[in-house]
Amino acid sequence: METLEQIKARIEAALPGAGLRLIPNDSPANQPSLLVDNAHAVAVASFLREDAQLQLDYASNVTGIDWPESVRKEKVKVKKVIDGVEKEVEELIEKKRPGFLEAVYHLYSMTLKQGPVILRLRTENRSDKAHLPSLTAVWRGAELQEREIYDLFGIVFDQHPDLRRILMWDGFQDHPMRKDYVEPDDYEYEPTPHDKVLEKAKRHYASEANR
Amino acid sequence: MDEGLRSELSKQGIFTITLEGLYNWGRRSSVWPLNFGLACCAIEMISASMARFDLARFGAEVFRPTPRQADLMIVAGTVTKKMAPQVVRLYNQMPEPKYVIAMGACAISGGPFKQGYNVLKGIDRYLPVDVHIPGCPPRPEALIHALMTLQHKIDGQRLAGPDRPRHLRAEAPSEFVIPRFGAHDLEPPQHPDVWQPPAVIRGES
Repeated sequence: METLEQIKARIEAALPGAGLRLIPNDSPANQPSLLVDNAHAVAVASFLREDAQLQLDYASNVTGIDWPESVRKEKVKVKKVIDGVEKEVEELIEKKRPGFLEAVYHLYSMTLKQGPVILRLRTENRSDKAHLPSLTAVWRGAELQEREIYDLFGIVFDQHPDLRRILMWDGFQDHPMRKDYVEPDDYEYEPTPHDKVLEKAKRHYASEANR
Repeated sequence: MDEGLRSELSKQGIFTITLEGLYNWGRRSSVWPLNFGLACCAIEMISASMARFDLARFGAEVFRPTPRQADLMIVAGTVTKKMAPQVVRLYNQMPEPKYVIAMGACAISGGPFKQGYNVLKGIDRYLPVDVHIPGCPPRPEALIHALMTLQHKIDGQRLAGPDRPRHLRAEAPSEFVIPRFGAHDLEPPQHPDVWQPPAVIRGES
């Protein structure tokens, strides 16, 4: 199969204006992924599905990722004058990155027996603009998985045919897979609490009502 | 009746039994379970009812698909918070006398999912459980042992007196509160008449 760079170049040729970014993966798996801008997401998805060399007709897995606001360290090359000589020095600078939510699509081709190609979509933020275009129109099998992401991460998929909660009940208000999810104080009893359960126990017994 | 006299009479072909004994013998020999499973424990339950382990030896092979005909609810598997109201509702629809066996780590305590956001920490928060079976999942022998334990329990029940079982006491509840779906958790998180968290006695140190 083509490399992701080649695929990216072909998408850019076919769909001018599509914002694509290659996200490398440094882990041993070495599976880079393609970040697509929301406006062109459906067009890019249809291209990947229809293209004769790719024919990615199967979305095997759709999942969500929560990226809370974080401080990232970046290495930047800065020119500095040291002892009268101008030198290039690497400096670590800290950058604040606003939080966002991500949906990740793993795509395979059943016809050509190849894959995966990994697509990422990002929301603007984690609160009021957590919207993404739904790709259910392209891959029918994404419907339930997008509902699951909506349920557990709170990403609203626009143009989804039936966006309801799927695992939790309708009146449930939280999104449990988000990193800042606060679970209800349902601690009752543990003979030997430790680690996270110990923290939970301390929080539980700290409130007067539970003493 | 004197045990020696009963033995002597049986040698003459006269069998005697108390009404209580007959009543309990009849009930314990035809405990019909409700036909429902929630997770992998159900596979072991099915296995226990098939030829190799043969639950029919104990009169409990007739799995009823309707709660109206069932005597025993085997809670076989993880009870999620979304499923809990339906489980309690099924129990409420069963006629008295009725029993509950909580099968497996999840049904008795939440098991490996105990501190999760979606799993009930044991069905005994809402239902009066007669026999708990630990295991993940318990082997069919364990389920058979639980059924035999339940049979012993039924055998020991009195028809009259202050310690008679729940179905013979008019004032005792036959139905239990069905939890409602709340904004963050089930409401109430447990039924206080059925279950209270055990008191933790902590040392001074």
